[in-house]
Amino acid sequence: MIPLAGSGPRILAILIKEAIQMRRDRLTLAMMMVIPIVQLILFGFAINSDPKHLPTAVYTEENTPVVRALVQSFINSGYYDVTMRSGGPEDSSRRLATREASFVIHIPAGFTRRLIRGERPQMLIEADASDPAASSIAIGRAQAIVDHALSHELKGPLSRQRQQPGPVQVVIQPRYNPEGITQYNIVPGLLGVILTMTLVIITSMAMTRENERGNMENLLAMPARPLEVMIGKIAPYLLMGATQTLIVLLAARFIFNVPFRGPLWTLLLGVLTFIIANLSLGFTFSTIAKTQLQAMQMTFFFFLPSILLSGFMFPFRGMPNWAQYIGEVLPLTHFLRIVRGVMLKGVGIGDIAIEFQALLIFIMVVGTIAILRYRRTLD
Amino acid sequence: MTEIVIDVRGLVKRFGERTVVNGVNIRMPKGQVWGFLGPNGSGKTTTLRMITGLLKPNAGEGACLGHDILRESAAIKRATGYMTQGFSFWSDLTVRENLDFVARVYQLPNRRQVVDEALLKLGLAQRQKQLAGSLSGGWKQRLALAAVTLHRPQLLLLDEPTAGVDPQARRDFWDEIHRLSGTGLTVLVTTHYMDEAERCDRIVCIAQGNLITEGNVADVIAHSGLTTFSASGAGVRRLAPSLKGKPGVEHVAFFGSALHVSGTDSEALRTAISSFKQDADWEEIAPSLEDTFIALMARAGVDLRQQS
Ligand SMILES: Nc1ncnc2c1ncn2[C@@H]1O[C@H](COP(=O)(O)OP(=O)(O)OP(=O)(O)O)[C@@H](O)[C@H]1O
Ligand SMILES: [Mg+2]
Repeated sequence: MIPLAGSGPRILAILIKEAIQMRRDRLTLAMMMVIPIVQLILFGFAINSDPKHLPTAVYTEENTPVVRALVQSFINSGYYDVTMRSGGPEDSSRRLATREASFVIHIPAGFTRRLIRGERPQMLIEADASDPAASSIAIGRAQAIVDHALSHELKGPLSRQRQQPGPVQVVIQPRYNPEGITQYNIVPGLLGVILTMTLVIITSMAMTRENERGNMENLLAMPARPLEVMIGKIAPYLLMGATQTLIVLLAARFIFNVPFRGPLWTLLLGVLTFIIANLSLGFTFSTIAKTQLQAMQMTFFFFLPSILLSGFMFPFRGMPNWAQYIGEVLPLTHFLRIVRGVMLKGVGIGDIAIEFQALLIFIMVVGTIAILRYRRTLD
Repeated sequence: MTEIVIDVRGLVKRFGERTVVNGVNIRMPKGQVWGFLGPNGSGKTTTLRMITGLLKPNAGEGACLGHDILRESAAIKRATGYMTQGFSFWSDLTVRENLDFVARVYQLPNRRQVVDEALLKLGLAQRQKQLAGSLSGGWKQRLALAAVTLHRPQLLLLDEPTAGVDPQARRDFWDEIHRLSGTGLTVLVTTHYMDEAERCDRIVCIAQGNLITEGNVADVIAHSGLTTFSASGAGVRRLAPSLKGKPGVEHVAFFGSALHVSGTDSEALRTAISSFKQDADWEEIAPSLEDTFIALMARAGVDLRQQS
């Protein structure tokens, strides 16, 4: 760290100044804390609206009491409105594609016989997963509905079939959303979106504000070097990012019941790296923009592809190649893989090391641009 | 031999097509207070910025405190206090926080003590918790002076430090400047006030980017070759319009109830006013610095226009 030898006190000076200014700007500070909460509430409202009575087709290849009881229990759950019969796989696909049906429940031939023999037969639920907020809850209930129905059906000598793990295997086949983006995916993704939006905006004002308030000449006349100013200016916002992370993670855990499988420290390391990437990018914007308005526009210009091409909105692999290339450049893409990997799949740092590398490269490239672009003179 | 603190030669600065500073030389010895005079837009601020390294000159070279202005601006910044034109400290920090920030950036030892002393000395102690943005003009200027002298610089560059400040505060300010210069500090200060120029050891005058004259106030007045007559009496107010434009009359201005009439060509001037002898009481006087300054600037404007 030779370039920073002896820089400590000056970095601290700028950090303290920035922290005081951040604290005094109550409105901005409040916004930064309220935005994640509002986004979570909006999103939570959408998924907690608990959509029921979704149009459902059944495709049963046999008609036994057990099958009828199963179908009835789907209807009784309130989530599935069985309003039509499907004539076969092609008919099922058509109904899903035209949004005539949100689900097709398919019970294959020989189901009852295999159930009685205790062979754990499969039944299939094809789902239109393009609107995960709508379909995910119904999907989540499917196994429970089946288990519950069979606990009534399988009585007497058959009750031994009620063993764990369930007498019937419910296979969910989400269509139009092969990666199965559900609320579980979206809540961790929301963390990335919130951090991108707020942190890039706030640091993109870092230098433009000094410029517009007439402090730039004074700052330049002092013996503070570009890297010192950069570090001092983004450091206080680490704390802001950490607070936002805490809010979202607590909500994810206790409101949305998002599972948390992987090691916490890997997640936190990912969050930290991602926060630094966003702060560096914002600072770079602020060295390029001439006014706060320009800084704002640059942020939005960056924000849009981040939302659309990172895999937050649309499944990454479903995008055309050019979009995937752009997506690979965005920090949010890599962060989503880290956070989804750790929270949902329980992967360790070894499996996602490449995503960390991508973020580090991003930080170095962007940081270098910032240092090169930083105004050392008033020219 | 006296130590030379500012030694710059042939400084040129262009913004696009416009040459804003055109070959300025300044050679300033240690411990003096110099005034830097010139009309609006004449290039004073630009020159100061080139001396501190905040702007890169298009041509010219020189040293400030023994450091090259082109290559060693970091060293110059550490040993110089530069007070910008207009308040440029942080309005959303308190007085104390501003000083504290400066003390930290310059890595001053005994920071707390240094800041306390500065607050006391400039009478800012009671206002240390006030936001800088809410200070009145005079107090802002005191804060700025406290801040730019906090690290005990060897050179002070002050850009119109007393603009919009009341007379008492200006006098206090200048007392402080002279006290500082007594300790060996060198001070270059731009101003539009003639009384402030008269408090300087020397003045440097610039017009449209060109140095016009330099010296102590008496020399500048003497070398201007200006002759000034003062007219007093009841009819002087009616005299002014008729005098303006007469051959030899370069400059007509009221000073209280008297009228000052100046010109370089003393014979022509005498002839011009002879026809108004009976309208007022005439008296030849030493031109004031203001008469001289305005005459110099007017002449420079004409000369420069003829050159280009
Ligand atoms: N960054 C810049 N870009 C373009 N023109 C500039 C720039 N800075 C200054 N100028 C122009 O250069 C000229 C000299 O400006 P400067 O600020 O040095 O004058 P000054 O003598 O300090 O004037 P004042 O007494 O009004 O402060 C002005 O006409 C100004 O418009
Ligand atoms: Mg100026």
